[in-house]
Amino acid sequence: MMHKNLKLQRIFKGTLFYLMLCIIVGVTILPFLWMVSSSFKGSEAIRTIPIRWIPEHPSVEGYVRVFNMQGFSFIRATLNSLILSIACTLVAVGSASMAAFVFAKLPFRGSGKLFGLYLATMMIPGTVTMVPNYIILRMLNLLDTYTGLILPSLANAFGVFLMRQSMMSVNDAYLESAHLDGASLYRIFFQIMLPMVLPTLSTMVLLSFMGSWNSYLWPLIVLTSTDKQTLQVALGNMNGMYKNNEHVLMAGAVLTILPILAVYLISQKYVDQGISLGGLK
Amino acid sequence: MYLPNQAGRRRATVIFLLPSVIGVLVFCLLPILASAVFSFTDYDLLMPMNTMNFVGLGNYRRILTGSEFPKVLAHTFTYLILYLPLILLTSLCEALILNKSFRGHGLFRTITYTPVITSWVAAAVVWQWVLSGKYGLLNQLLAAIGITGPAWLNSKEWAMPGVVLAAVWKDTGYYALMVLAALKSIDPAYYEAASIDGAGGFKRLTAITLPLISPTLFLLIVINIIYGLQVFDSVLIMTNGGPGGATTVFLERIYKYAFKQYKMGLASAYSWILFALILIFTAIQFWLQKKWVNYDA
Repeated sequence: MMHKNLKLQRIFKGTLFYLMLCIIVGVTILPFLWMVSSSFKGSEAIRTIPIRWIPEHPSVEGYVRVFNMQGFSFIRATLNSLILSIACTLVAVGSASMAAFVFAKLPFRGSGKLFGLYLATMMIPGTVTMVPNYIILRMLNLLDTYTGLILPSLANAFGVFLMRQSMMSVNDAYLESAHLDGASLYRIFFQIMLPMVLPTLSTMVLLSFMGSWNSYLWPLIVLTSTDKQTLQVALGNMNGMYKNNEHVLMAGAVLTILPILAVYLISQKYVDQGISLGGLK
Repeated sequence: MYLPNQAGRRRATVIFLLPSVIGVLVFCLLPILASAVFSFTDYDLLMPMNTMNFVGLGNYRRILTGSEFPKVLAHTFTYLILYLPLILLTSLCEALILNKSFRGHGLFRTITYTPVITSWVAAAVVWQWVLSGKYGLLNQLLAAIGITGPAWLNSKEWAMPGVVLAAVWKDTGYYALMVLAALKSIDPAYYEAASIDGAGGFKRLTAITLPLISPTLFLLIVINIIYGLQVFDSVLIMTNGGPGGATTVFLERIYKYAFKQYKMGLASAYSWILFALILIFTAIQFWLQKKWVNYDA
């Protein structure tokens, strides 16, 4: 009797587990399926009751319209996003690794205090600096320029913090022996330090790239010309223009998500590392 | 590090530090200072800077005593009150599943993380359509079980809950991994002892798991309050503060004041009020952290 009860209990628990699992997968995936399904419907087929998951007459009208929009080019916006994300990533990771090298291995008088100041700036939300940063770019005549969008990436206290942690764990002996062999500090940085912190570096590159690719508010306010705007801003603008053409919007959403999804699937290992470093949000 | 060449070292230090220090000075410290100054002025982007007047605490008074501020605060708290219990529940459930080993574990993890890497703009565009009144996915699913769903984003009462649903969908994967890390740090000996004492699954969850991961749950709450105060992308795309101002929130107000009405002084003051709120919750977070640094299990 006892034995039978335990067995029943186990079956019950297993069922509960898989039920929960299915619910979570379902809720996560349904909006995506809905998006893909809607994107392949014609304008008259998107509003149907009941839901038709597989379109009766599959149509690429939505995609065609995304690529032939009046006034701005979706491909151009994608390229803008790609170029800007790469540039922001290079600037953010580059400046952070260089500064981290100093904080980790080349301490000077006051470097501890300076690092403390860096940590303090991490507490200030971007919300407070957004308005004055806009005004600063305006004074520098950098509004509506790529340079203006990219430059604030130089201030990357979180990146400095992460890279410093990682660089501190590198044994001084490697750097010293390179120095004795006559390598300059620049060579030590590029040829010894960076390769030795490659996992953290890769993670930071990835986090930085995804963050830039997905960012909305800053490109929205800095880049005002249509030919300069990023993919996210373009999709945001489409949202106002295609209120009743959901298939066009969904096609736009699919095209916006696909590139970053590809990046994620290829480099999942580093994303997972990033999560454990507390960096991806 | 042992380096005899002092001159070379000094120059290298400057070169390595310069880009980052300039960045922090110009785009972090200077803006903070500038923002504090602007918040006491009537700086208008459309007027030349020399016509700017010092207005003392005028902006702060205008915001804090205006009829709009209590509404913004109420909307933000509505968001938080709905969002927090839901995100705790969903991320806990997901983490409990991730903590087990089963076939398809990797796939499950990848799928549940996909909303996190999706941009808010894309997620909001999709959810706007999911929440569409008559033909939307959610209301059609509800109709299938006999419930007539509300007009969600077009309804004053249901717009914010709609935004919350989208946010929970988007964020669960992220916080589940935080909870998972906490679950993994629990010593299995507790569970062994409990099963010897004959504790059932539910009992083990409430008597061992939840108390032992409570620091992480606390952290999650505080982090989410800080992020929740700054909710923006979702609101701007999904409701644009509407319908009829039913979903106005802090960042949305700051954005509208600064970049639609060009009232930089007022927007700066608004940012500082928001910052003060964030600071209070950050302080609470640090205070809590101290409480559980020695709280080892």
